[in-house]
Amino acid sequence: MTEARHVCDVLVVGAGPAGMAAAYRAAASGQRVIVVDDNPAAGGQIWRGEAKSLEAQEWFDRIRSVEIELVNGARVFQQSAAGSLLAETSRGVCELTCKSLILATGARERFLPFPGWTLPNVVGAGGLQALVKTGLPVEGKRVVVAGSGPLLPAVAAYLRERGADVLLIAEQAPAMRLARFGLGLFGKTAQALRLRRQLRGVRYLSGCWPLVAHGTDKLESVTLFRRGDRRQVACDYLACGFHLVPNVELAELLGCELERGAVRVDEFQQTTVPDVYCAGESTGIGGLELSLVEGEIAGLTVAGNTAAARALFSRRAKHRRFAQLINRTFALRDELKALVTSETIVCRCEDVIFERLRQHSSWRAAKLQTRCGMGPCQGRVCGGAVEFLFGWRVASVRPPVLPVRVESLGRG
Amino acid sequence: MPETVTLTVNGASVTMPAGSMVAAAVLKTGVHAFRRSATGEPRGPLCGMGICFECRVTIDDEAHCRSCQTVCEDGMDVRTDD
Repeated sequence: MTEARHVCDVLVVGAGPAGMAAAYRAAASGQRVIVVDDNPAAGGQIWRGEAKSLEAQEWFDRIRSVEIELVNGARVFQQSAAGSLLAETSRGVCELTCKSLILATGARERFLPFPGWTLPNVVGAGGLQALVKTGLPVEGKRVVVAGSGPLLPAVAAYLRERGADVLLIAEQAPAMRLARFGLGLFGKTAQALRLRRQLRGVRYLSGCWPLVAHGTDKLESVTLFRRGDRRQVACDYLACGFHLVPNVELAELLGCELERGAVRVDEFQQTTVPDVYCAGESTGIGGLELSLVEGEIAGLTVAGNTAAARALFSRRAKHRRFAQLINRTFALRDELKALVTSETIVCRCEDVIFERLRQHSSWRAAKLQTRCGMGPCQGRVCGGAVEFLFGWRVASVRPPVLPVRVESLGRG
Repeated sequence: MPETVTLTVNGASVTMPAGSMVAAAVLKTGVHAFRRSATGEPRGPLCGMGICFECRVTIDDEAHCRSCQTVCEDGMDVRTDD
């Protein structure tokens, strides 16, 4: 097993928009920067693959204009010493040592259990988009897009452009709330107008959500609920995600304090651990623009350029206000807690059903007694669900934060 | 860099655009059960971004590879449903 050692001033974990912005600002200020990311290329989930927007292109040009070392296909799993992280690649383990660390670990979709949600071809909304961006043809496939959040119409438009037959979009948030804030497809922004044009003929049903996914070996249809009515729709894919949850596992491992499920940061994006910063969705779901400006602030700050960082505070404040509006609008309704039956699997890694979890009073107790959250995903999927269903806070992250090869352990 | 790569999924040949992920190749061949769960249910990709581990397959005899995070290569031998 070969082992590589990288030393830098600033280590950025995550090559999505926040990480790219942080890396660019730090490198442009003369810092030696390394960006480490799990994916084969930079861009994160939003800028994955082809057809990049003008804004994305601009940021890719920027990071190419400075000296940044990008370590791709590497998953950070452990801290070996203060300021040193271990990452596993297909070639072995590498150690990354830095003076300042910027966490830009992004977010994942929140998945809620309902009968049939474990069937093949029931995928995340962003999940299906990622699969299509990485080579899955969907031409002529019937797709129901469901769940909640601004991601749904964006995914539906993307799938349609790739030839999918998008049957409908089911958004759990009530119409009144969406309309009041001009969100979802109700907005007047250029983006909302473009989406409406792209989605002409596709119904956007607010106050609508999936009850049951049907099928034997794979998905065949889904029953949707709206205003007291049930309707069964035959489809090839159900692309379903209930907004997003921050990826905080690595921050927790490093001892950073959390606040409402996100990494707590000060005005310069510094966490409660000295020299550890955090930017983007992992500090709270806020979207692309907020991620970029948070990344810029973190990157400028670690380079000692606090005046320039401070000059971006008002832009960040504006995007934070918009983020709060989005999160309030797409808040999950209580009815979604009743989708599970006693037999519904909640933890997909260990196949733990709802009935077994209901007997416990905390995440820890449930984990010890049922193995819920102890499989390979380490609670990343069921954690967001049990938090919503039971109000349990998923606690106690320990190394490695991801499954790694046995030979990768025993280091550090 | 070649435009396409050809690999096999459970012995069946499939050609993908260069840079595609193995998960997309598996679904393209019409295979939906990537793995069996603890109680024997068929499972396929959920998150598409490497966190759920539902898309685990065997690639060139290495078990438990996340197919959504593995780039297709010419001649790869992918096996599902362990």
